[in-house]
Amino acid sequence: MSEPLLDVRGLKTQLSLEEGPVLAVDDVSFSIPPGGTLGVVGESGCGKSLTALSVMRLVPEPPGRVVGGRIRFRGEDLLALPEEKMRRMRGRHLSMVFQEPMTSLNPVYTVGEQISEGVRLHQGLSKAAAREHSVEMLRQVGIPAPEQRVDSYPHQLSGGMRQRVMIAMALACGPELLIADEPTTALDVTIQAQILELLKRLQAERHMAVMLITHDLGVVAESCDAVVVMYAGRVVERAPVKALFRQPAHPYTAGLLRSIPALQETGGAGERPRLKTIPGMVPSLRRLPGGCRFRDRCERALDICARVEPQLELKRDGQEAACHNPVPAP
Amino acid sequence: MTEPLLRVRDVKTHFPVRGGLLGRVRGTVKAVDGVGFDVRRGETLGLVGESGCGKSTLGRTLLRLVEPTAGSIRFEGRELTGLSQRELRPLRRRMQLVFQDPYASLNPRMTVRDILGEPFAIHGLERGREREAKVGELLDLMGLPRDALGRYPHEFSGGQRQRIGIARAIALRPDLVVADEPISALDVSIQAQIVNLLVDLQRDLGLTYIFIAHDLKIVEYVSTRVAVMYLGRIVELADAADLYRKPRHPYTQALLSAVPVPDPERKRSRIILQGDVPSPLAPPPGCHFHPRCPYAMERCRRETPPLYELGNGHTAACFLVEDEARKVTQGGQGVLAQSPP
Repeated sequence: MSEPLLDVRGLKTQLSLEEGPVLAVDDVSFSIPPGGTLGVVGESGCGKSLTALSVMRLVPEPPGRVVGGRIRFRGEDLLALPEEKMRRMRGRHLSMVFQEPMTSLNPVYTVGEQISEGVRLHQGLSKAAAREHSVEMLRQVGIPAPEQRVDSYPHQLSGGMRQRVMIAMALACGPELLIADEPTTALDVTIQAQILELLKRLQAERHMAVMLITHDLGVVAESCDAVVVMYAGRVVERAPVKALFRQPAHPYTAGLLRSIPALQETGGAGERPRLKTIPGMVPSLRRLPGGCRFRDRCERALDICARVEPQLELKRDGQEAACHNPVPAP
Repeated sequence: MTEPLLRVRDVKTHFPVRGGLLGRVRGTVKAVDGVGFDVRRGETLGLVGESGCGKSTLGRTLLRLVEPTAGSIRFEGRELTGLSQRELRPLRRRMQLVFQDPYASLNPRMTVRDILGEPFAIHGLERGREREAKVGELLDLMGLPRDALGRYPHEFSGGQRQRIGIARAIALRPDLVVADEPISALDVSIQAQIVNLLVDLQRDLGLTYIFIAHDLKIVEYVSTRVAVMYLGRIVELADAADLYRKPRHPYTQALLSAVPVPDPERKRSRIILQGDVPSPLAPPPGCHFHPRCPYAMERCRRETPPLYELGNGHTAACFLVEDEARKVTQGGQGVLAQSPP
């Protein structure tokens, strides 16, 4: 197998809260090959966004700080790069799209000016050339009448259009890796389908890798090659997408999948089975149970789960889970 | 047939849009534009559509939290439009709303005891120890601990807060509950817990729900019947199973095909709609959906399709089903107007 484009090993990111520091990302490892798509899923507070920000070296400091691990990207150790070099890396080689385009776009600049900024900085394009490039980028992300839209301000665009502008901005310099943090969560389902389709097409055309952060397992199933499932700051399962959806190995992943009703399979009210639930709620990072962090909510918990924190290990073909009593293969 | 709990006919809710220095009316948003349906006692009517389609405004209009511009809303045969606030009050306790955001809809300065006691206080029911007992029962019903009484909303998780919001809504044992996106602010593992709670309450208390949501999977699961809205109008209404298995309106078809399914090996043909939902300030003429519709015909640009009756209570507002509707009614009227008389 070829060298991974991004390789994260043992990443630890700490958050300083009033009550003291917590490890919000605790020993997270994964890698993405060139052109591959990795889904990172989990519920709020599981550390998935903070993992992405750590890779971008955009963790707000304080309260956050990367305190351990290694992030190799294109063979370079990102955590060891001086800020000046890291700034050249961002936008040029790896870039990020955020969930809420309205808060990530600058309201007082036109979209053309915002897309141009990156290419002028990184590629030294002239103002006119950068504008031309911006129009081309807007065309590629499917914005109608890009010659006019390039002079629009963010508030003049719909939510779906703004997200397209964000993607145009992120892709303007042709990065090898795009990190997309819940890029479609704020959008309606028909617009979500457009954006996911767009990402797929651009990714294939440019042989770009994508790290897709989402809480929606449906989006993962349709867009990703591999998945990392996070729970309370740790990776609990890591697997190729088909294997994971065929039979998740970690009880948490299995619980998440079971709690989503299937489309067009229930017979409507009256004959429906109860939804399967995961009892309880995600523990606070300040009061984590000893041993496995999921054990209080787990139907497969054993005595050992209270004593020994399980480590991520291979359970079956390509599928890794951090669990003492994984769900058996189908 | 017995009388429906709620009978809605040709309801319109229009909002003036003001602008400029003098605040003149510059246009009208037709958030709800001629909607009609019945809600039967004990059923769950799902209301789906994308942001701006008017589903939340419709939900609030039905409870008269927003004033309708026109139309008729009958609750157990009694006309709600035109009633004064004083006349409405005794009916209010029988029609309640559950909000999307349990963070914003609970007063942060009130304890759970006060939040759940308030409905009783407003309607002058149960005092003192009796009220305390009622509130305690509500907590049990919601699966919340009794010691929650003296605590404040911020001390609870999102799922628990939504339980408090639901407890407040059902405190006076209403007949009708409008639930407006009750789970979309919650984490996936908590959503199923709240859905199960709502289903249990419906069974145990005989509630009727109008369930407003954009999550089509959850709507299919909870609903007896489902209405699909687009730019202020209902474009399709049918039994949940019929609608999901055999959607007839091109918009419903696109909407359902766009739902990501957690099964990478299931190959589905996806209909990708072009463009955005148009502004409700200037909806397209004729069928509102025609600019995005893959089957749009010349006629769709000029005429508004009525809701055609397709049998078994399945209705769709699309000219493509006109012939079929004619066969269904076999020379009958063929058309069930958007708002039947």
